Amino acid sequence: MSVSQNVAVKAKVNGLFSPKVGMKPRLFFWRVISFFIVFSVWELAGRADISIAFPPFSEVAVAFVEMLFSGEFTAAYADSLPPLLTGLCITIIGGVIIGISIGLVRGAEWFIMPLLIIFQTAPVSALIPMLTYIYGISDTAKVVAIVILGMPLVALNSYKGIQATNPSLLEMSKSFLASRFATIAFVILPSAQKMIFAGLRLGVSGAFIGIVLAELLITPTGIGDLITYNRFIARYDKMFATIVSILAVAGLTLSVMRFFEDWLFPSEKNE
Amino acid sequence: MDDIILKTEAVGVTYQESIVALENVSLSVPAAKLTAILGPSGCGKTTLLKVIAGLIEPSTGIIKVRGKETIGPGPDRALVFQDFALLPWATVLQNVAFGLRAVGVPKKEREKTSLHYIKEVGLSGFEDKYPHQLSGGMRQRTGLARALTVNSDILLMDEPFSAVDEQMRRKLQEDLLELLKIENKTVIFVTHSIEEAVYLADQVVILSGRPGSVADIVYPEIDRLGDIDLIRRQPRYIELVDEIWGSLKSYVE
Ligand SMILES: Nc1ncnc2c1ncn2[C@@H]1O[C@H](COP(=O)(O)OP(=O)(O)OP(=O)(O)O)[C@@H](O)[C@H]1O
Ligand SMILES: [Mg+2]
Repeated sequence: MSVSQNVAVKAKVNGLFSPKVGMKPRLFFWRVISFFIVFSVWELAGRADISIAFPPFSEVAVAFVEMLFSGEFTAAYADSLPPLLTGLCITIIGGVIIGISIGLVRGAEWFIMPLLIIFQTAPVSALIPMLTYIYGISDTAKVVAIVILGMPLVALNSYKGIQATNPSLLEMSKSFLASRFATIAFVILPSAQKMIFAGLRLGVSGAFIGIVLAELLITPTGIGDLITYNRFIARYDKMFATIVSILAVAGLTLSVMRFFEDWLFPSEKNE
Repeated sequence: MDDIILKTEAVGVTYQESIVALENVSLSVPAAKLTAILGPSGCGKTTLLKVIAGLIEPSTGIIKVRGKETIGPGPDRALVFQDFALLPWATVLQNVAFGLRAVGVPKKEREKTSLHYIKEVGLSGFEDKYPHQLSGGMRQRTGLARALTVNSDILLMDEPFSAVDEQMRRKLQEDLLELLKIENKTVIFVTHSIEEAVYLADQVVILSGRPGSVADIVYPEIDRLGDIDLIRRQPRYIELVDEIWGSLKSYVE
């Protein structure tokens, strides 16, 4: 039983950046191809001289390696990662707890939902410059920006996941005399799991947007500053390399979460 | 007649203060027998079964199990759902064990019991399969096994054979009769098939159209020994089907 489950876990690890751990070779092949196509188009478009602000892929790649070894990335991420991690933790833990609570506690819904919906639909990025007035130029402002952009997504999706529990399963649980706790643990949470993790992925993307916006708009430090500075001195290759690095870090984070999800909930349901 | 295990007394259900689904339903269910609830579509069969299961609180009237009024679900009744109500992320074994897990039976014990009933309903070898890997008949068997594990005296089934094809239906009906020879259960099942009611049940409760109330009760007393096709050609069987159709017809426009 446990052996076959482990195999299942391995077979399902198909995150973007972990091809070695048993990803189906065919899938991996197509993924490489798709990257290859994107990079080729980029290269061609860059060489077509659309604008000097759009360098070809090869130049960006060179700049990327250069920055990796010159310590520019290291210095920038040393500034950005601590608030990012703090913000991510708050986003994930807080978002899931809030979402699940409003899904489970009747009444809480009416209380928190309007707020969440406002946060989700309002152009929140417009609020970010305002954070400066409250928190000044600080890591706190970055953390708040991350949480504002990430947490509503996590909370809303967790809430929707809980709400989407098949009523017939709830009735079944009741008829078998399950306590409220047992129903939550054995029916509601497992059924909401996919939605919750989808929300987490959205929330993580939101968090990355939050940190970059905060660093672009309020506190010129870290990776945001690296983008601004390189644009200012017209080193567009380095600017794009920085953006690519952010995408890579975000992708990596999402893969780690995928792995975590598969480890936490091994399931062959979709195979 | 026999000894009565469950009674509904003047049960009425009104949905949303205006939709009267059931009205004044009183019936007695004999122990260790099969009772069929038959009626036109929308007459409140499912509602009645859920009231008996304790999932819907009746607006009027009471349910008595062994003479004692009961409210809510209880260990004396187990429900087999029409839509199976299986957890899609859980294996057959885990699904069958749900009722035991819900009330805190330790893993080893509940798996042992579950495996026993999985075998009894003919699902051996499928313990580790997921519901989406099973046919409709196998899902129904899983739901049945789950209801059996909790060892209730009364088994409630909502149109247990309606979601499968005709051959599978016959097979499941046979298997249910076989199973009931081993397990000493009282079965109340909902059906819209007159043939099924007459063939399986000891008592057929016919509900009138909405609001449902008891229109008639028939005791088939079919001799079920021997070949099923012969049974279905017995004069008594044909007569009964006609009789029930006669009393149902008036409710179906
Ligand atoms: N939750 C509900 N709220 C309002 N009306 C309901 C509800 N459930 C059932 N009804 C109505 O009550 C009546 C009886 O429903 P019920 O499902 O018990 O009928 P049924 O005999 O099982 O029908 P079917 O043969 O289609 O399964 C129907 O007219 C239905 O529309
Ligand atoms: Mg029904």
